[in-house]
Order: sequence, then C-alpha cells, then structure tokens
Amino acid sequence: MSDKLLTVENLNVTYPGRAGVTHALKNASFELGRERLGIVGESGSGKSTMGRAILGLIPKPGIVTADRLDFSGKSLLTNTDRDWQKLRGRRISMIMQDPKYSLNPVRKIGDQIAETCRLHLGSTRKDAEQRSLAMLEAVQIRNPDAVYNQYPHQLSGGMGQRVMIAMMLVAEPDLLIADEPTSALDVTVQNEVLRILDRLVADRGMGLIFISHNLTVVSSFCDRVLIMYGGRILEQCAAKDLGEARHPYTQALIAATPSLDHPKAELATMVRDPAWLL
Amino acid sequence: MAPMIDIEDLHVTFSNGGRSVHAVQGVSFSVEEGESFGIVGESGSGKSTVLKAVSGLIPSESRSLTVNGRPAAERRSKADRRLMQFVFQDPYASLHPRQTVDEALREPLSIHGLDRKDERIEQALAEVGLLPEHRFRYPHQLSGGQRQRVAIARALILRPPVLLLDEPTSALDVSVQAEILNLISRLRQANKLTIILVSHDLGVVAHLCNRIAIMQFGKIVEVVNTADLSAGRVTQDYTRRLIEASRGFVREPS
Amino acid sequence: MTVTLTQWLMDDRPTSRRQAVLGNLYRGTRAIIANPAALTGLVIIAVLILVAIFAPLLAHGISPFDQDLSKRLAPPSPEHWLGSDELGRDIYARTLYGARVTLTIVFLVSIIVAPIGLAVGTLAGYLGGWVDRILMRITDVFLAFPRLVLALAFAAALGPGIENAVIAISLTAWPPYARIARAETITIAKSDFIQVVVLQGASTLRILFRHIVPLCMSSVIVRLTLDMAGIILTAAGLGFLGLGAQPPTPEWGAMVSAGREVILDQWWVATIPGIAIFVVSLGFNLLGDGLRDVFDPKAER
Repeated sequence: MSDKLLTVENLNVTYPGRAGVTHALKNASFELGRERLGIVGESGSGKSTMGRAILGLIPKPGIVTADRLDFSGKSLLTNTDRDWQKLRGRRISMIMQDPKYSLNPVRKIGDQIAETCRLHLGSTRKDAEQRSLAMLEAVQIRNPDAVYNQYPHQLSGGMGQRVMIAMMLVAEPDLLIADEPTSALDVTVQNEVLRILDRLVADRGMGLIFISHNLTVVSSFCDRVLIMYGGRILEQCAAKDLGEARHPYTQALIAATPSLDHPKAELATMVRDPAWLL
Repeated sequence: MAPMIDIEDLHVTFSNGGRSVHAVQGVSFSVEEGESFGIVGESGSGKSTVLKAVSGLIPSESRSLTVNGRPAAERRSKADRRLMQFVFQDPYASLHPRQTVDEALREPLSIHGLDRKDERIEQALAEVGLLPEHRFRYPHQLSGGQRQRVAIARALILRPPVLLLDEPTSALDVSVQAEILNLISRLRQANKLTIILVSHDLGVVAHLCNRIAIMQFGKIVEVVNTADLSAGRVTQDYTRRLIEASRGFVREPS
Repeated sequence: MTVTLTQWLMDDRPTSRRQAVLGNLYRGTRAIIANPAALTGLVIIAVLILVAIFAPLLAHGISPFDQDLSKRLAPPSPEHWLGSDELGRDIYARTLYGARVTLTIVFLVSIIVAPIGLAVGTLAGYLGGWVDRILMRITDVFLAFPRLVLALAFAAALGPGIENAVIAISLTAWPPYARIARAETITIAKSDFIQVVVLQGASTLRILFRHIVPLCMSSVIVRLTLDMAGIILTAAGLGFLGLGAQPPTPEWGAMVSAGREVILDQWWVATIPGIAIFVVSLGFNLLGDGLRDVFDPKAER
C-alpha cells in the first residue's frame, strides 16, 4: 500500500482509577492503507477503544497518548474540538453495532441523511435530497423514496444497518470505522449487508477498519487482521493466513470456535498465559 | 419405548394490542430419551417460542404434547416442573441481582422440599466447575461465563431428565463459549440428559446435537442429522443458504 | 496473613453467607457516608432517635407535664432553657419528649404503609388482568382525595388521638407505594430470573415475597424516607388542628398550635417545636435523597 491513510504508533489509552491506572490500550501500532483491516478480539480486548481513540471519542477521564497518530499525513493528537467536528462524519465515519441507538427515533430517515450532506458537503436542500436518495439506492434499498420518509422504528435490523451505512458514506469519507456492524443481524442478512459495504468501500477507494468478535466474518471479509487481547495487539497477519496464525491466543481462538465443517468431540479451551500481556 | 418429548402440530399465537401474531404454525417433532435435539433459525423464526411452549412458560395449542409419555398439562404441577429445566440466553438477566449463588441454588431445593441442601449445593457447584469460594458471591461478583455455569448448576440441581437451552452461549465470548459447550456436553453424557438446544449459530448446534430442525417463519423447514448437515446433504434451499452464510463472507467475483 | 475487618468486608470473594450479607451492608453504608447530604440526614435522624431514648436524662428530670401557672409564657432563662408555654410547662423538655411522639408516628406509619403498598402493588403488577384493574381502581380512589382532607375526615370520624392520626395518615399515604411497587413488579416479572423460579415450580406467593418484593424494597424505602417529612408535617397539621395527639401529650404540631396565639409576643412557644419539625423533616429528606443515589441501579458499575 503506497497510500498511507492512517499511521498509529504506540497508541495508549489509560483510565486513572482508585486501584491504579487501567490500560485500555497499550502500545498499539499499525498502519492502514486503502484496504479492509479487521480487528478481532473478545470483550475487554480494547478493539472498540481502538475505534473510538482514532475518532477522538475516548470519554473523560480517559487519557490518549501516542508517538504518532496520523490521518492522511496530519496528526490527530493536536486536534481541537473544531478540527474533530470537521473530520468526523466528513472524512472519518463510524458505524455502530445497533442502528436503533444511532438513529434519531423521531426524525425521518431521509432528513437525517440529508442533514449529513448539508453539514459536511454544504449541499443545498435539493442536492442533499438527491444525494440521500442516491445513497439509499446504493445500499440496495428497493424503494428509496418510501424509506426516505420513514422513521427508524419502521425498519428491520438489516434495513436499519443499510440506512446507517448510507448515512455514514454519503459524505464520502476516506476512512470508515465499523464497530460490530453486523453482529446484531441474522447470518443471511449479515452477508447481504457485508456485500453492500464491500462494494461501496471498493468503489470509493476507502479505508475500512472492521471491528468484530467474529473470526469467521473478519477472516472472510477483510484483507488484513489485527488480533487484540487485553488492550494489546498480539498479532497482525493477512486474513487468508489466519489459519496459520503463530500466536497461541489466535490459535486457541480458532480452535475454540465450533464449526459445521470441522466437527470436534471437544472444543479446545484456552489457557491464558500472563506473558501475552507483557 | 415412547419418546421423551413428543410434539404434534404445535401452535403459538401472541396477541399484541389487538393484532395477533401466529409465531409457531404447526410444529411437530419428537426427541428420544438421551438425545440432543437442536433448533436453528434466524430471529423471528419462532425457535425460542417453541422452547418456551414446551417448558410451559407460554400458553400453546397442540394436538399432543407429551413429556416422558405423559401429556403436559396447561397448568403444570411441581412434579411436571421437575421433569425439565431451562437455561436462558443472558446470564446477566437470569440470576436474581440480590441473591447469592448459594441462595439461587437453594431455592429450587426448598421449593421441592429436598433434604441435604448443603451437600447438593456443593456437588452442583463442583459439577459445573465452580469452586466453593464462588458459593457466596452475588451475580455482580461473577464473570459472564461463571454466571452461566451457575444457571446450569441451578437447572440441574433438581436432576431433571430434560434440559432446555435457549441460546446458552450467544452472550459469551468464543473462548468462554467453548468452555460452556464442553460443560454441557459432559453433563449430558454424565446425567443421560435429553436436550433441546435453540441457537442461531449452526456451529454451536452442530457441535452439541445429533439431530437438527431448521425453522423459518414459524415452521420447521426440515429436520436433518448433523452428519448430513455438515456434508451438505439437505433438501431445502433455505437450509443451504444458512449453511453457506455460516461459513462466512463470500466475495463476488468483480 | 492478617486480614483487617475492612478487607474482610470489602472482599469480592466472600466465603460465607454472613460475610456476603455484611459486606453488602458495609458497602451500602460506606456509600451513604460518602454522600454528604445523606450523612447529614442520617446524623439528624440518629440524633432524633438518641433524643427520644434519652429524653428524661437530657431534660434533667424536668417533666414535660408539670404545670406552673405562675411561670406562664416565661422567656428562655437558666431555669427554663427554652422558655415555658401557656401552662408554664418547660418547652425544652416538651420538645425533647416530642421526639418520642414523632418517632412513634413515623414508625407506625412506615410499618403500615410499606406492607400495604407493597402487597397491593406487587399483587396487581404480577397477577395483572382483573385483579390489577380492581386493585388499581381502589388505589386511584384513595389517590384522588387530597391527603390532609382525607386524614382530617378519618381523624374526625375515628375521634381525635394519636393512634387514629396514624391510621388516618397511613390510609392516605399507601397509594403511591402501591403504584411504585406495581410499576417495578411489571418490569421485574418479565425478567428471566423470575421465569426461572416459575419453571422451578414456585408458588405465586413465594415468587412475590421472596423474589419480587426484595427488589421493590429499595425504591419503597427511598420513597418512604422522602415521604417521612410529609408524614411528620401531616401529623403536625392534625395536631395543630386538634385532631392528632391530645393534651397534654407533647406533640410538636399541637405545641405550635398552642403557641400560635402568642407568636408575636412570646415567639419561643411556637418557634422551638417549629424548628424541631423543620430539622427532622429536612433530615428525612436529605437521607431519602442520599438513599436514592445509593440504590440507583444506574450508579452501579
């Protein structure tokens, strides 16, 4: 990848507490080009913290430090609130797990997407509406005109997540962070949504950070995978090589996943080695 | 020998503010003693509803619903209740927040007036791999995996022949899920349990069950052996789609 | 290794039921103490209880009933620290003894109101259907009357006296508790852990009293503590109107009422019991607020 979108070097997120400092992220380093990068980990691994840290969304009293945190050549560490406002939603967008909580329940879908256009692209009302409709069509919503005038509660989970994708991509960001975007969806719907996301990311040459607990989805969807555990990045590898992962944690994670194709009498359970956290 | 659970033409209808939803539409299956039967489906397929109807938690209609050869009444007696126990999906919601593990395990024993309570509690904890030190903790002092172990111990402390499991591991991390699945399959063999497991995850169901029913829109699409499912020897398109989807994302050639 | 008591109580891995229960109590107490408002309230109520217990001692043996008509309406002096009332009785002693009356009212009302409210509310919420409708309509009827007026009517019908005042206040105070308990029960009854006990074969009463009521308790206690101020004021109001405690019982409301006629010239007669009512009401209110913070599930991590 010649085109470095994001460079992260020794990113740390710490929370001061009564019993000392908690490291939510410790010395995380990676680079991202215009590619699909998966971040896999169990709960408490720091994968969601990573996404939020990149977007400057670590709540107080959390402290973010890094040797480098550059987005397309500019450091994010010195960003003011105004800088963030210009960046978020415009150049970096985020899709959350459950569209129910990310959409305003009392506003029409179309208005919410159009507002993003007007805010970030300075579109006129008419232009914003057209872009929004085009975007709804791009996420393969069959009757965009009808959905435009609907409210979030009228949508199914899969539709809601498509709307979220539409809303997040309408400003044509360079980087999309998707935090468990399909985990709340049924498997068959999940793959449809992934297909849409995949095509849009490829067509627009975006970078994608795909955060998930699901090894199967990440390894089949992404180009490259980071394995996280206890706030650390344990391993990085190409998604297709995940089967030959070297780190014992990654191997244990794969062995612990029940699979239709490789039935086992007993699933391997994990023996956690404190050395993984060194 | 009669099957442990036999269901013929089960219907469940919910009325929701004047609108009625026919959630389960004529489901029939039977489960032999010691068998482990899986039900797979997506959300809204009615799979959990079937399980709740079998347990008597929600009212249902059927041509016949027998457990252990006896018809399961609409109002179940204490003795009926002892035949089957239920493990819920969310280990955070299935334990009383103000009761210690000890109290949670003692309650079924005192409801059914069993003796040697302390001994039974200690044994139940040991069975599910919990230590004596866990006995007096409150749920908030336990991890998700430990809570689910408590829920399983509580379900088995009455020694029911049938265990109903509703997505028992879907709220847990993969590594914890593996531990719980191993635990369930070990307990099943040790206690000769008959199991009905409901899950959206084909891998999980295939791991634990011999026979699997695939449900969609309140009906059973087909019932297959696990070996046939793994080998793709299925007759219905929907089953094929589920299998394919569970293998992960497939990129279309551009 | 030696373990301090604090460590033993704060241990996240209790090894006995006693330790688990005590640890929980200790954490709750610490949370209340850490809250300045709640602590103030707690101190005020502790003082009230101590005053009630040690009233004879604190009054130096002066009886609240001894009249001395030659010293009517005497201003505060070394002999009568807070002056005397229209019958020459020592106001200091009467105020101290008044704490007993107030505490009695508070105690009696709590043990009547909380159980009635909990029973009605949880039954209605859990059983639903026509039981719910009937119980809640009855609740609505009681709720629709203005509290003091209903209490007045009851007190007038039953005859004046402290027991009747307590009954009157209790009858008007339980409906909000039934509403709270019902709302909580409806949420709790749907939860998995209640379904589990149903499937274990527990009887309805067992489910209600062993599993649902304990969870409604915290909000009922909070509400009761917050209401206490109102109850004390209602009791004082009934006393003021002559329908509460009867003379010569040293009841604060009745004392204020007696001092009303001379409030401009002998201010202490009405003011001292008035301050007592105010401080105790404030104490209960502060404690109630603090308890609400402590019990609030959203504050739990």
